[in-house]
Amino acid sequence: MSVADPFTAPGEHAHAAAIPYSERGPAPVESVAAFGFWLFLLSDVVMFSGLFAAYAVLADNTAGGPDGAKLFDRGYVLLETACLLFSSFTCGLMALAIERRSALPTYLWAIVTFLLGAAFLGLEVREFTRMVAEGAAPSRSAFLSAFFTLVGTHGLHVTLGLAWMVAMMAQVATLGFLPIVVRRLLCFVLFWHALDIVWIGVFTIVYLGAH
Amino acid sequence: MLGKLNRDAIPFDQPIPFAASLVVLAVLVGVALYTLWKGWWPYLWREWITSVDHKRLGIMYAVLALVMLVRGFIDALMMRSQQAIAAGSNPGYLPPEHYDQIFSAHGTIMIFFVAMPFVIGLMNFVVPLQLGVRDVAFPVLNSVSFWLTCSGALLVNISLFVGEFAKTGWLAYPPLSEITFSPGVGVDYYLWALQISGAGTLMTGINFTTTILKLRAPGMGYGRMPMFCWTALASNLLIIAAFPILTATLAMLLLDRYLGFHFFTTDGGGSAMMYINLIWAWGHPEVYILVLPAFGIYSEVTATFSGKPLFGYRSMAAATLAICILSMMVWLHHFFTMGAGADVNAFFGIMSIVIAVPTGVKVFNWLFTMYGGRVRFTAPLLWVLGFICTFVIGGMTGVLLAIPPADFVLHNSLFLVAHFHNVIIGGVLFGAFAGYMYWFPKAFGFTLHEGLGKAAFWCWLVGFYLAFMPLYVLGLMGATRRMQHYAEHEWQPLMWVAMAGAFVVLLGIVMIALQLVVSIRNRHTLRDRTGDPWNGRTLEWSIPSPPPPWNFAVLPQVRGVDAYWGMKQAGRRSAREPDYEPFHLPHNSAVGVSIAFFSSFGGFALVWHIWWLAIIGFVGVVVSSLVHGWLVDRDMHVTADEIAAYERARPEGSAS
Repeated sequence: MSVADPFTAPGEHAHAAAIPYSERGPAPVESVAAFGFWLFLLSDVVMFSGLFAAYAVLADNTAGGPDGAKLFDRGYVLLETACLLFSSFTCGLMALAIERRSALPTYLWAIVTFLLGAAFLGLEVREFTRMVAEGAAPSRSAFLSAFFTLVGTHGLHVTLGLAWMVAMMAQVATLGFLPIVVRRLLCFVLFWHALDIVWIGVFTIVYLGAH
Repeated sequence: MLGKLNRDAIPFDQPIPFAASLVVLAVLVGVALYTLWKGWWPYLWREWITSVDHKRLGIMYAVLALVMLVRGFIDALMMRSQQAIAAGSNPGYLPPEHYDQIFSAHGTIMIFFVAMPFVIGLMNFVVPLQLGVRDVAFPVLNSVSFWLTCSGALLVNISLFVGEFAKTGWLAYPPLSEITFSPGVGVDYYLWALQISGAGTLMTGINFTTTILKLRAPGMGYGRMPMFCWTALASNLLIIAAFPILTATLAMLLLDRYLGFHFFTTDGGGSAMMYINLIWAWGHPEVYILVLPAFGIYSEVTATFSGKPLFGYRSMAAATLAICILSMMVWLHHFFTMGAGADVNAFFGIMSIVIAVPTGVKVFNWLFTMYGGRVRFTAPLLWVLGFICTFVIGGMTGVLLAIPPADFVLHNSLFLVAHFHNVIIGGVLFGAFAGYMYWFPKAFGFTLHEGLGKAAFWCWLVGFYLAFMPLYVLGLMGATRRMQHYAEHEWQPLMWVAMAGAFVVLLGIVMIALQLVVSIRNRHTLRDRTGDPWNGRTLEWSIPSPPPPWNFAVLPQVRGVDAYWGMKQAGRRSAREPDYEPFHLPHNSAVGVSIAFFSSFGGFALVWHIWWLAIIGFVGVVVSSLVHGWLVDRDMHVTADEIAAYERARPEGSAS
């Protein structure tokens, strides 16, 4: 072990490329952080899959109450979906601005993303309050319990994402594009896209599945 | 103001829990005052509580596990003595509502706060050392994980004194665990404790999977990783795949209980059977989350004390991953009697038999590793031998239970209780003790007393067989689990034998404690200056004991399986001092203990519906995280000169 080892700084040597990828020593911090966050997203998807499974099992258990076909307004949900998917696009534009380390476009696209996310959330809350007012509260039936939990958990994630975005903009403003701040920003972007993917599942299984 | 909390929550009228909690409180206050009087608080805060060093966290996990083992074992003694007495007209000394809390707390504590922290603690301490790196991928997150586990353990133990614990068994099946049938706070304690500690476990899973896949010493390809790292990888992958299901499931039960949802209720279209499916979709992988790292420990210990490389390295790694995947496909065998139908039962029965195949491969690998080796019968190896014999019995009774027609007879009988104790004690706990005695000298620089270690092993082994073999027989005679009282006098003699076994196990626990005390007293004669007391094979033995905060002055170059053994064989020891390079180590962080502090209050407040306190807890967690987020200069710089000075100061003849 006291042998001077030639591979502690891979890349500095001409023959480093010949070494198998798995034997090149510890990965750089950027890829470690991103990998860990991918794993977290994976675990989050597993959690959602539990909620999806519960919804699939309970979807017909309306206990004499209203069912999805009666409650859901597809046009309204399409509008919600458009807000969220478009926010993913603007979030991607924000990621490009971050890559260029330019603050102004970062803020700008963050604001647009935030507003679209908030619009999605506002529409969702309005849908929920309308349903509760119509007597379709989560305690009405197992179907509604599963619906509110699945869609609400996604909404909770969006809320968390919005708060995280605010915190990250404050970090950019106070700390600038430090490597650690950039890593977090890119994790946030991944998070925001992952919420879209989950929403595609929600839209397909919950809303389209009800008709 | 205090929600549901009032004076009735304190069990003044129940002498056993009341006296027990007073004793625990007295001990806690005593320890706090003693350490304060000794002036240790700043040291403890600086070196342990805020430490993000994986070695320190590993040790603290093990301490938590050992303390909780005593707590869980007292429950076990109470159950065994109650069942030894309460036959026929004798009601015993524990009323049913208390007895039900005891078996629920026993299961919950032993799985979540003994087995899990013990196994995770050993992974914490060992994995980065075996990988030849300086820390885990996310050291601060590691500290958060540990303290959240403590927070969960704290909540479970508070329930002894304030309120009650669940009376529902360790998995809190609805509809019994629904608010209609369990209106008390017991189930809420259970749920919030597991949600908090489960979040910590999930972070551990992410942390260690990232560490093993992304941070390994140069040259350490996947085919060169020590077997413990392979099993730790499989275990942590399972944590990522399974623990979110637990979180989702417990969240649904919480919504049922707190907000009147209808996931698992008997009315409103709820399905209690869905809970059973979901909880076991987590629960069966959980079994392997616990036992796979133990398999890794057996592999390391067997190879070291046989003086041979592990037999069938590739088949061992393949078997580990096969178990990892198959473990997600057998959950239904926990409830064949629920009525899924013959076809579904047959599928899961066959899958359960299939999973025994890779496990059998492992057993043969361990046997062939010892075959033809120079076997040294040290205390760690005794645990392995005891494990192989015991686990094979447990495995076979498991396969028996996995045959659906047989399960219809044995379901929820004491036969089942005997089976899972057979595999968890004989598999997980023996492995944890083997690892504890094997790696202790690495952690503290002196070996544990060998004779007392062997005595502890024999007490545990004999005690285990005395305590659980009668339970197999009783199960076949028709005794069901979780009985506070039974009418059949003919069961009683076997219950006496089981109780005697529990007391022999108690002696084993005393031996473990005694071994620790005696070894600390004799630490100067037991001192190991080589860093390699067992003639080890893997990289953790190539560095001093205890290792410096940075583990490796220079990251080792790995050239094969059993990297350190290869280095010793090649006798590579350059006279020239290596070129030390500066590196970073993470600073201490109080964010873990701070988040756990507020989570504990938050959890307690949610149990008792003290909403303002719950909000304070939540805000505390958010603020702690935000403050941490702005501490960006978190690294400690270690210069090449500091490392060189440390290395030169080491005594001659110490590990290279």
